[in-house]
Amino acid sequence: MKVLLRNPRRELDVAGPISVTRLLQQLDLNRESVLVISDGTLVPGDATLADDASIEIRPVISGGEGPGR
Amino acid sequence: MKCKVCRGPAVIDLPRHNANFCADHFLRYCRNQVERVIHDYAMLTPGERVLVAVSGGKDSLALWDLLGELGWETDGLYVGLGIGDYSDVSGGYARRFAAERGLRLNEVDLRATYDFDIPTAAAVTRRVPCSACGLSKRHLFDAAAVDGGYDAMATGHNLDDEAAVLYGNVLRWQMAYLGRQRPVLPAGNGFPRKVKPLVRLTERETAAYCVLRGIDYQVEECPMAAGNRHLGYKEVLNEMERRSPGTKSSFYFGFVDRAVDLFAQEAWSGPSGGVGFDDGAADDGGASGRPLGHCTRCGAPAESDLCAFCRLVDRAGGAQPVPVAPPRRRS
Ligand code: SF4
Ligand SMILES: [Zn+2]
Ligand SMILES: [Zn+2]
Repeated sequence: MKVLLRNPRRELDVAGPISVTRLLQQLDLNRESVLVISDGTLVPGDATLADDASIEIRPVISGGEGPGR
Repeated sequence: MKCKVCRGPAVIDLPRHNANFCADHFLRYCRNQVERVIHDYAMLTPGERVLVAVSGGKDSLALWDLLGELGWETDGLYVGLGIGDYSDVSGGYARRFAAERGLRLNEVDLRATYDFDIPTAAAVTRRVPCSACGLSKRHLFDAAAVDGGYDAMATGHNLDDEAAVLYGNVLRWQMAYLGRQRPVLPAGNGFPRKVKPLVRLTERETAAYCVLRGIDYQVEECPMAAGNRHLGYKEVLNEMERRSPGTKSSFYFGFVDRAVDLFAQEAWSGPSGGVGFDDGAADDGGASGRPLGHCTRCGAPAESDLCAFCRLVDRAGGAQPVPVAPPRRRS
């Protein structure tokens, strides 16, 4: 399946099916720092991602200081 | 995974609450957290008008949406920072959000009004971009809130932001900053009341809120943020959170509920001159606490003739513009 990562934007090919938790482990990502979106829908850690799914791993950590973020 | 409330399929798991939620119950959870924090810290009282600091990112748009959902009368203010494409795209998200909901978004553009932008200000002052940026935003938001007669100015600082700032200030024992790091700061000395209604929500939760509410926001990171200390602190805290869910919340709320008063005496008598940890997110009136005087040019609170923003305008306004530095690769 195609996995889109951001900051910087890049795409990976990962063999499915695989659980969200496993995928994050494989990519060495902390689940506190990302959301996983499968075909446009938010999915929890135990969801199984099908091999033909299109996945976005969206980082949620913003840098910077001051108001207005 | 099943929703803790309705047993329907969950879309998100929140280890720190040992709970999973469906979309509806997650949105309700977010509203409850905000409502509760507004009440517990006496941030707003019914009928008050709120100015929301809007950047086009997830936190400020979630905040604007949540305050509206909870019935508050709000306007937004967007500050054009002139950070290349990043600012253009961010402004687009803010404008679209406001237009779709019939909300009023005021705008100030640094380049158009003050003849500088953040990359140029950073180059001229030879400090990290977030320093000139935080200073400019604080000044413009404060001024707009006071001039517009708003009862409070709301910012989208979330639990991760506040925990990271606290962590940085504890590491350096920044006594004055520690004494001022509260979810609400009262109005006074020319400052508006400042409230942070998202401090009970993590960044992952505000992002999930936007996704589930169909709010499009700027997902890309500001190119000037690379190497920012806060990012490192957030990573460290999230690693602790992964091992021990609830760490960020107990760190921050333990401080706010039990420790901040111990530092209060230092709060308004702290270091002046902007040295030390420039922790914008926790501040009030920059690195020097609340000055008693007023700027002779713009009337803002100031500790010398000119406020820090007017001094920045004098240095950076009209300077040769510099291009936006390319983002550094992060994993
Ligand atoms: S990351 Fe820094 S420079 Fe970029 S918008 Fe935020 S405060 Fe400004
Ligand atoms: Zn439910
Ligand atoms: Zn001034």
